[in-house]
Amino acid sequence: MRFGRTKALCAATMLALALGACGEDTEGGDVEVEDSPEFPAGSTMAELGEEGVTIGVKFDQPGIGFLEPGADDPSGFDIEMAKIIAAELGIAPEDIEWKETVSDNREPFLENDTVDMVLASYSITDERRNIVGQAGPYYVTGQQLLVAADDDSISGPEDLEGKKVCSVTGSTSIQTVEEKYGADPIPFDTYSDCVTQLQNGSVDAVTTDGAILLGYAAQDPENLKVVGEEFSEERYGVGYSKGDTEFCEFLTDTIEASIEDGTWEEAFQATLGEAGVETPEPPDLDPCV
Amino acid sequence: MYFSELVSRLADGFLITVQLLGWSGLFAALIGTVLAGMRVSPITPFRAVGTVYVNTFRNTPLVVLFLIAVVGLPALGILQDSFFWRAVIALSTYTAAFVCECLRSGINTVQPGQAEAARSVGMTFGQTLAIVVLPQAFRAVIPPLASVFIALTKNTSVAAAFGITEATYQLSNLIRDFPGSLVTNFIGISIGYILIVAVISGTASLLERRVAVAR
Repeated sequence: MRFGRTKALCAATMLALALGACGEDTEGGDVEVEDSPEFPAGSTMAELGEEGVTIGVKFDQPGIGFLEPGADDPSGFDIEMAKIIAAELGIAPEDIEWKETVSDNREPFLENDTVDMVLASYSITDERRNIVGQAGPYYVTGQQLLVAADDDSISGPEDLEGKKVCSVTGSTSIQTVEEKYGADPIPFDTYSDCVTQLQNGSVDAVTTDGAILLGYAAQDPENLKVVGEEFSEERYGVGYSKGDTEFCEFLTDTIEASIEDGTWEEAFQATLGEAGVETPEPPDLDPCV
Repeated sequence: MYFSELVSRLADGFLITVQLLGWSGLFAALIGTVLAGMRVSPITPFRAVGTVYVNTFRNTPLVVLFLIAVVGLPALGILQDSFFWRAVIALSTYTAAFVCECLRSGINTVQPGQAEAARSVGMTFGQTLAIVVLPQAFRAVIPPLASVFIALTKNTSVAAAFGITEATYQLSNLIRDFPGSLVTNFIGISIGYILIVAVISGTASLLERRVAVAR
């Protein structure tokens, strides 16, 4: 027992260190803050510009939305996109109020105005669009598999039948491998817990968006590798209160402008690019309804 | 469509919750009884082991025990194949400490004269405990023992964060797939837990009435 605890502690410490290392140097390009922008009176943009903005993001996904232990503000691609949007509202990055949203509370937080918008690897789905608004996508990625480096039995999702596959409780990734490919789902609270289970041989694979997995594989290339093509499409969108079409138009225009003037690419390279993800073609955005 | 999905997923989840509860409850009861016996035994090392066990596991947060069982054990090459049994280990070692203390308080309600009488007719310590003292002790502690198992029922939900697809895991899936029916999702899962707890407390009050002794 005692030995087990010591080992677990060591593993946890090492993991924390590794994660910390990953989060380094991910300061994004400086965004230009708009000087007192003009918005129609009474619009959400005008209101946020005056009263400040609260943005819901993930704190546990390296490269996407991650709060380093001891850091004041989170970092990652979602965070950079949020800064770009806030800048357009005339709000400086240091004036944004970050709020952690986990997968389960993103809709409730938008519905009861705990946050003004959500950029938290928030995949656009029809079910979600029934109750909240989702502008974008600002990034399209897909689910992949992380396996042990010496494991040749899994080369794609078709090999998952009956295998133990770890992902985060309540994620779309765990649903896909369970329902489409017959895998045995192993839920954990965070991806790093899943990676620990893969490293100690308790699960056969970890699955989630490729960008996140590449970050973990880069930390431990001797033991871990990412295999196969992307086998699902996750379209990250910006969550906002349902029905605010004016705000949606603003979000869509802002994202499109950032793609055109290169800040989108800069933001990507400073965050996910650092973890070894190639900058993809910018996505086509959905029209606002 | 939503309703049948809700029911079938909750059924899947609660099946595993009940299995976790059953196995952990069984082991906790066995270990707890042995521990209680040790804590009242005349042999000092036994008493010491019992006391150390109770003070260690009762004072360790359940999540820490889960971490040790789920992350620590496989690192030592133990039980790498089964998340279920690792969860059972965490839950039963934790709950056994509470079962033990519950029983020990029951043992203290049995008048010393009973044990003295048993000894005077030549019974060993084991016989005294098993035939004379424990049966009376169990009767006295049925209500607090039911509370211990009700707490265990709710503690099984911690396993959702440690690789087990039990009811709380299914709740997260329901929130993901039907974010518009939050309230119904929560009501559904609450009903499931309430049913389990109702069965436990029902059984407890039935037992209490059947084995009650007038003193």
